[in-house]
Parts: sequence; C-alpha cells; structure tokens
Amino acid sequence: MANTGTEHTVKAFDTDINELRGMVAEIGGRSEQAIAKAMRALEKHDLELAAEVVAEDKLIDELEKRIDELTFQTIALRAPMADDLRELIATFKISGVVERIGDYAKNIAKRVPVIAGTHKLGPASLLPSMSNIASELVRDSLEAFARRDADLALEVSERDQIVDDFYTSIFRSVITYMIENPKDIGEAAHLLFIAKNLERIGDHATNVAEMVYFAARGEPMPERDRGENPTDLLEEPSNGR
Amino acid sequence: MTELIDNASSSESPIMTETAPPAISAGDGPLKMTTRNVDVFYGEKQAINGVSIDVTMDNVTAFIGPSGCGKSTFLRCLNRMNDTIPIAKVSGEITLEGEDIYAPSMDVVQLRARVGMVFQKPNPFPKSIYDNIAYGPRIHGLASTKDELDNIVETSLQRAGLWGEVSDRLQDSGTALSGGQQQRLCIARAIAVDPEVILMDEPCSALDPIATAKIEELIHELRGKYAIVIVTHNMQQAARVSQRTAFFHLGTLVEYGVTSDIFTNPTQEKTRDYITGRYG
Ligand SMILES: Nc1ncnc2c1ncn2[C@@H]1O[C@H](COP(=O)(O)OP(=O)(O)O)[C@@H](O)[C@H]1O
Ligand SMILES: [Mg+2]
Repeated sequence: MANTGTEHTVKAFDTDINELRGMVAEIGGRSEQAIAKAMRALEKHDLELAAEVVAEDKLIDELEKRIDELTFQTIALRAPMADDLRELIATFKISGVVERIGDYAKNIAKRVPVIAGTHKLGPASLLPSMSNIASELVRDSLEAFARRDADLALEVSERDQIVDDFYTSIFRSVITYMIENPKDIGEAAHLLFIAKNLERIGDHATNVAEMVYFAARGEPMPERDRGENPTDLLEEPSNGR
Repeated sequence: MTELIDNASSSESPIMTETAPPAISAGDGPLKMTTRNVDVFYGEKQAINGVSIDVTMDNVTAFIGPSGCGKSTFLRCLNRMNDTIPIAKVSGEITLEGEDIYAPSMDVVQLRARVGMVFQKPNPFPKSIYDNIAYGPRIHGLASTKDELDNIVETSLQRAGLWGEVSDRLQDSGTALSGGQQQRLCIARAIAVDPEVILMDEPCSALDPIATAKIEELIHELRGKYAIVIVTHNMQQAARVSQRTAFFHLGTLVEYGVTSDIFTNPTQEKTRDYITGRYG
C-alpha cells in the first residue's frame, strides 16, 4: 500500500511529516547546489566560491541533525505504521546519505586550490558532463522522494550506470595522461579523486532512490545488473565513508 | 450449527457492500481452531459476514479494527459465548482440533474449559484468591486431593506471574487485588482448568501501562503453551504481542497475515488507512 497522501486523523502528524519533507527537499537542494558550485569553482579556479562551498557544508550538517531529531521524535511520539513508518525510516536514512553527498561536494571544493586550472588537463573535459548527470541523479532521487514515485527511483538507479561509465572512461584517460605527463601527476591524481567523488555521489543518489522505492512499495528495489567494471578492482573497499 | 439466514443482504446492511474474503490460513504451525464462512446476526442486524480464519498453536493472534466492527462478537463465537445472547445467531463452521464446536454432541461447559476467556474488565469472584483458582478445577474434577488442588493453584498462579505477589495471602479476597493483579488472577483462573486456547477481549483496556506491560509479558510467556487470541483496540499492543493479526472492518475480515507485514506493509488500503491513523 503506497501513501496516497490522505490526511491523518491526528493532524499534527501531517504537520510533522510535511515539515520533514520540506527539510529533505532543502537538504537535497543545498547539496545539489554544492555540487554545482564546487564544479564551477573548479572550472573557473574560483577560490572564493570553493571556500563558500566548504563553509555552506555546515548548513547541510545542521539540517541533517534537525531532520534526524524530528524523525526520531515523530517516530517516538506518533508511533507511525505501514507506509508512514517506511517513509520516516527512509527520511532518516536519506538525510544521512544526502549529507554525505554534501561532503563529496566539499571534498571537490577543497581540491580547487591545488589544481591550477583544469582546462589544460585533457581528461578533465569530461568532468562537467559527468557532474551534470550526477547532480541530475541527486535531484531526481529527491524528486522521487517528494512524489513517492517508485518508478522514477528505479530510473535513477538505472541511470547511475552512466555516471559509472564516465568514471571508467575518465579513469583510463587520466592513467594514460599520467604516463605521458609525469610532471602533472599530482594534479591528475586530484582530478581522478574528483571523478571518484562524482561517481560516489551517483551511488549515493542511487541509495536515496532505493529508500524511496522501499518507502513507496514496501519491498526492496530489484537488484541492478551492474555488469563488469574494469576499475572495480582498483577501488578502495567502500563502506560508504 | 444454527440455520443460515438467506435474506441477509437487505439494503440497509452496510456490511454487504463487501464480498467475503476467501478462507485465510495463518500459515505455519499446527492448526488449533479453524473457522469458515462465519456469519453472526443479532436479530436482523448482521455483525459478522463470512469470516474465515485459522488459529495456530504457535502464534498469538490479534484481532484489530475500529470499535463496533465485530471483534468481540467473532471472538465469542470461538467458545460459544454468543449462545448466552438470545438474539445472536451464528452460522458457518468452527472447529477445535478438527471437531465442530457447534455440533449437538459438543459439551459447552467442557468447551469453555478448553477455550478459556479473559474479559476487558477483570472479573474475579468475590472469594479468596485461592478459591478463584480452585473453582474451575473443582467443578471439572481435575484434582482428587487437597495437595493436587494446592498444586494446581500454585502452578496456575506461577504461570500467570502472580505467585510471588500473592503466595503469602491466598486467603485474601481476589477483589482486594489491584486491577492488573486481578486480570492476572483471571488469567490464572483460565489456566487452572488446563485449556487449549485462551481468548482475551481487550484484557488491558482497564489497566495502567505497567500492569499492561506485565500482561503483555505474560502473553509472551504463555505463547506456545496455549493458542492465544487477543482482541485489542490498541494497535501498538497487537504489534507487540502477536505474530498474526486480523483486521476487521464492518463485520468483514479485511486482511489476515503476519503481524509485522500487516504493520509495515499491509496489502489492503482499508488496513493501511486504519493502522496509519487515517480512519474516519
Ligand atoms: N448483544 C448484542 N446485541 C445486539 N447487538 C450487538 C450485541 N453485541 C454487539 N452488537 C453489535 O454488533 C456489532 C459488533 O459489536 P462488537 O462485536 O462488540 O464489536 P467490537 O468488539 O469490534 O467493538 C456492533 O454493531 C454492536 O452494536
Ligand atoms: Mg469489543
């Protein structure tokens, strides 16, 4: 049974849920903006903008705390059931995941000072498109949450493959670039990390989508067939941290 | 069984807008009681419409639903307590261990010992604690000596978690106990005649949270020893104490299934609206 949005007999419950939805939309919007700003700072080598992203991450952390508090409180005081319960659990988890997305954006911003300008590094040309898609996934996963739209959530998780493909492609060209330009190896490594951050953002958007799917349908999202990824072996074991 | 009433679908009956759900099995565990297509009328008014539920030995079964939906009426069918209401007519099939409990050969007094009942308001006899427990075993001839009877009284009080609180004052009146203790006394009284099934109709609705928690704990401990069916208007309680939940609405069984499924992912919109607090 999906939430049809009809009102609760106890109206204050609807107030809590609506407030939470508003905060999730806000934290989502802020982290999406953080990605965009970080990428713009990177392209323009704008140190001020980069510093802004780092500073604004505190707001995202604050929001996460407030969401968690209100979710916790709502679960304790209203004892929600069925899709209400699923939605609140999803809210709790989503706020954590979105906060991590903010951290990745911050991490990108922090690398801006050490990269002189990406334009001269060939492999960097793919980064803007990659980040556009990653941001789009973040936006759509939260849109799916707002609309309780399991189909859109499923679509987000499928589209994450595009981000993964970008990463594979950037990974290869950065390695090649490093071999050909050993003096730029430091900057190239930073670029690789940035690509990795974007790839992780895509994964996190997928996590959000999975929770939206569960909240809406009451069952886990079907597994996506990820296929072979040549860089899998080179990745650090990821524990979401 | 009493006769079926044919002209049941009179237009003023709100119940008949629903088609009766198919026989629903509770899943695992040995079956203790089965009910098939049970209808109950109070005079012309239909209170239960085509309910089919299986009760297993291993699970606590909870009946939930808005007040007036027929939970108590249906519960009372399980030990023929509705026989005491002259205008009540029950039809359909109800079995205990495969035996039709409405068969003419069924001894109703015996049946009510096998299927004991605990009511909303604790109703100890105005007698000593000891006699409250000993009464049933005495009339059912379960003890031949004083020692045997003492033994039943002690075991029953122990199983009901009351022994420690009353062992030194068994001759005090049962009505002098606190509400929660009285309710556990009533449970001990039901246990004393060695029942197979215990029916509880909102057993905690007159109790404070601590007394309620003690009864819920007791239900956990009794699970498996007896088949337990509990009616509760408190959904959190159903969620806490039961493994199977049946949701009733206007005399029909809307959904019956594993409690955790019912409370996390019900299949029927009516169930969902009720348990999430969107009812009426
Ligand atoms: N003894 C009775 N005589 C006539 N109608 C009754 C009697 N007991 C219950 N009813 C009616 O049957 C319906 C179901 O009642 P009940 O089984 O007590 O519901 P619940 O236990 O779910 O609150 C209600 O409409 C109620 O008014
Ligand atoms: Mg009742």
